Amino acid sequence: MDNVADQATQGKPGLFARLKQGLAKTRRGFSEQVTALFLGAKVIDQTLLDSIETLLITSDFGVSVTKGVIDRLTQQVERKDLSDAMALKNALRAHLLGLLQNTSSELTLDGPGPQVILMVGVNGAGKTTTAGKLAHHFKQQNRSVLLAAGDTFRAAAVEQLKTWGERNDVAVIAQHTGADSASVIFDALAAAKSRAFDVLIADTAGRLQNKKNLMQELEKIVRVIRRQDETAPHSVLLVIDATTGQNAIAQAQAFMTDVEVTGLVLTKLDGTAKGGVVFALTEALGLPIHFVGIGEALDDLKPFDAELFVDAILQGAD
Amino acid sequence: MFDNLTRRVSAALGQIGGKKTLSEDNIAETLREVRLALLDADVALAVVQDFMDRIRQRAIGAEVGASLSPAQSFLKIVNEELVAVLGGASEGLDLNSQPPAVILLAGLQGAGKTTTAAKLGVWLKQRENKQVMLVSTDVYRPAAIQQLQTLAESAGLHFFASSIDQAPEQIAKDALQAAKRQFVDVLIVDTAGRLAIDDDMMQEISKLHGHLDPVETLFVVDAMTGQDAANTAKQFGEVLPLTGVVLTKADGDARGGAALSVRQVTGRPIKFIGQGETIEALELFHPDRIASRILGMGDVMSLIEEAEQKIDKDKATKLAKKIQKGRNFDLSDFRDQIQQMNNMGGLTGMLDKLPGMGNMAETAKARVDQQNFGQLEAMINSMTPKERSFPDLISGSRKRRIARGSGTEIQDVNRLLKQHKQMQKMMKKLGKKGGMTNMMRGLGGMMNQGGRPF
Repeated sequence: MDNVADQATQGKPGLFARLKQGLAKTRRGFSEQVTALFLGAKVIDQTLLDSIETLLITSDFGVSVTKGVIDRLTQQVERKDLSDAMALKNALRAHLLGLLQNTSSELTLDGPGPQVILMVGVNGAGKTTTAGKLAHHFKQQNRSVLLAAGDTFRAAAVEQLKTWGERNDVAVIAQHTGADSASVIFDALAAAKSRAFDVLIADTAGRLQNKKNLMQELEKIVRVIRRQDETAPHSVLLVIDATTGQNAIAQAQAFMTDVEVTGLVLTKLDGTAKGGVVFALTEALGLPIHFVGIGEALDDLKPFDAELFVDAILQGAD
Repeated sequence: MFDNLTRRVSAALGQIGGKKTLSEDNIAETLREVRLALLDADVALAVVQDFMDRIRQRAIGAEVGASLSPAQSFLKIVNEELVAVLGGASEGLDLNSQPPAVILLAGLQGAGKTTTAAKLGVWLKQRENKQVMLVSTDVYRPAAIQQLQTLAESAGLHFFASSIDQAPEQIAKDALQAAKRQFVDVLIVDTAGRLAIDDDMMQEISKLHGHLDPVETLFVVDAMTGQDAANTAKQFGEVLPLTGVVLTKADGDARGGAALSVRQVTGRPIKFIGQGETIEALELFHPDRIASRILGMGDVMSLIEEAEQKIDKDKATKLAKKIQKGRNFDLSDFRDQIQQMNNMGGLTGMLDKLPGMGNMAETAKARVDQQNFGQLEAMINSMTPKERSFPDLISGSRKRRIARGSGTEIQDVNRLLKQHKQMQKMMKKLGKKGGMTNMMRGLGGMMNQGGRPF
């Protein structure tokens, strides 16, 4: 049987189409609800606002963000700024976009020497898969990429990353499972430097943010990398599973404390999860979202586009 | 945003004053607080609404007991109801069938199925003395089969080798044959992670189920899952006749509302929870523990267990004996306690588990941060042994020396001495109780240091 990833790379649809396709699949339920919501209501009443509240809560926006959005909409309604349901929908869109302001920014890598990207996150968020997809992304930009199998803890994580390496035709620096993660990444950086690679993507083991010792290990990785290059890691990507609820906020806060997280990757957006916690995240922490993961194929990693994201959420609501 | 449920419920119930029973009117505000707590814990909205109806019905007319405050009575009801909905204590797996008994694992990507497969195998081997065989039908995720193989080998479990060029159905059939031939008791079948809306993949697992006729079909769900837990569980439940749930990554600090959602939506018991990175870290489910966590009321059981594991028992016993003998809790004992607490992930880590502390404002947490304890330790280290044993000796000039030596201010030294005095008093009062109790109460004392507002 062919690998799913290989199959899907054949006959690629355009980026926009793919993201939209991925998101549309995800959001069918959501959009239909929104459509019904706004079409059914000619006037704005409490029921309509309650329905929006329900939608936001069930999309993992969290109590605090939901309350913020609803309060602002309510104010506008009271001031009679919004005349009908469509105006309300537009205001909702504007608010949601406002929350994501400054969040879509391209991951720029333009320093001298290999640019080091460190992947961090809790267990099962999708770090290894994202590392593999990222390698593909940079190869598409004609950059040379090296992967470092820094997850030396989970069984067969090294082999998993090696498979992604083969798929991308990218070299993987690895040691055995149980080796010191920092030393693997240190060696990989040395290799990346001597062979003049453009990008080094370092995978790390998943760790729950409340495990002090594991979080300290991340600090150590950064310390050790900096012995070779004081400016490294150039980006630290926190990988967050879109199915995660409010704990994503605690995750981001903890990882930001221990390493300088520079941006987010939101994975598994092709499921039924709405990924609404992103709104809470960006409001609380102001981190850019660089990419979204929308499938298991190599090119199922898309740059995050706030408008596309919000529009996909509200798609079909006209 | 959401701080202390107990306090807020107390405030909301404050106005019921002398009334002896809870009524629709006097609990409206309280119900709202509980609703927010549940939503904040990621319990699915539909499940929350259902649950609130149950609470309302039970609470209205309930008498406020003499020994409990209205808030306590109310929270007791909430907690009892939550435990009831979550189901009784887990009875493990029902493997009564002609061997090999098959266990099928299903769930989303990254939920922890492969790890759970191995943990379950170890659990059955160790607790039930079963011969267990593992097989992976995950031909999609790179190295998924290898991952299970590595885990099986390290745990000494049988492993049925499969490869990515085989069809999952074929692997399942072959593994079942092999399990029969080798007379193993249990065959655990790991599957690829799949989205509930992926029709092809859902059909695949449905077929696997048909071929394997498992006695247990377990839905594996990440404790950090948000609102989607309900949708996904529902859809998996429609395709597969689930028999139970495994809640993974419960050693994180997520409030775990997904447990309630999944329990309610599937109607199936939560059988196990994954509690750590080691292969033995799988436990039978205890509803009471998750209940208090969902309510943000801490997980005292886990804290006590952690304390038992990590606290240096010799030192703790020595301290307890010393205090029982009526001797003073001196500054070196204080330092020991600080070090023990650091071993347990510092005060912040512990606070998360304590009732009512789980949602303590971040700023408050920051105040009692590690650094503070580092400072306390540094100050004690700057004292002479004699000063540690007899803190009353510490005069103005000694204080100056200690402050200089530890890089602190004299006020810091004063505060340390005051805190120590408070703890000493407490220790004296509690001298007659057991060592661990002392320890825990002592910690409580430290949290009230300097009359800080929590």
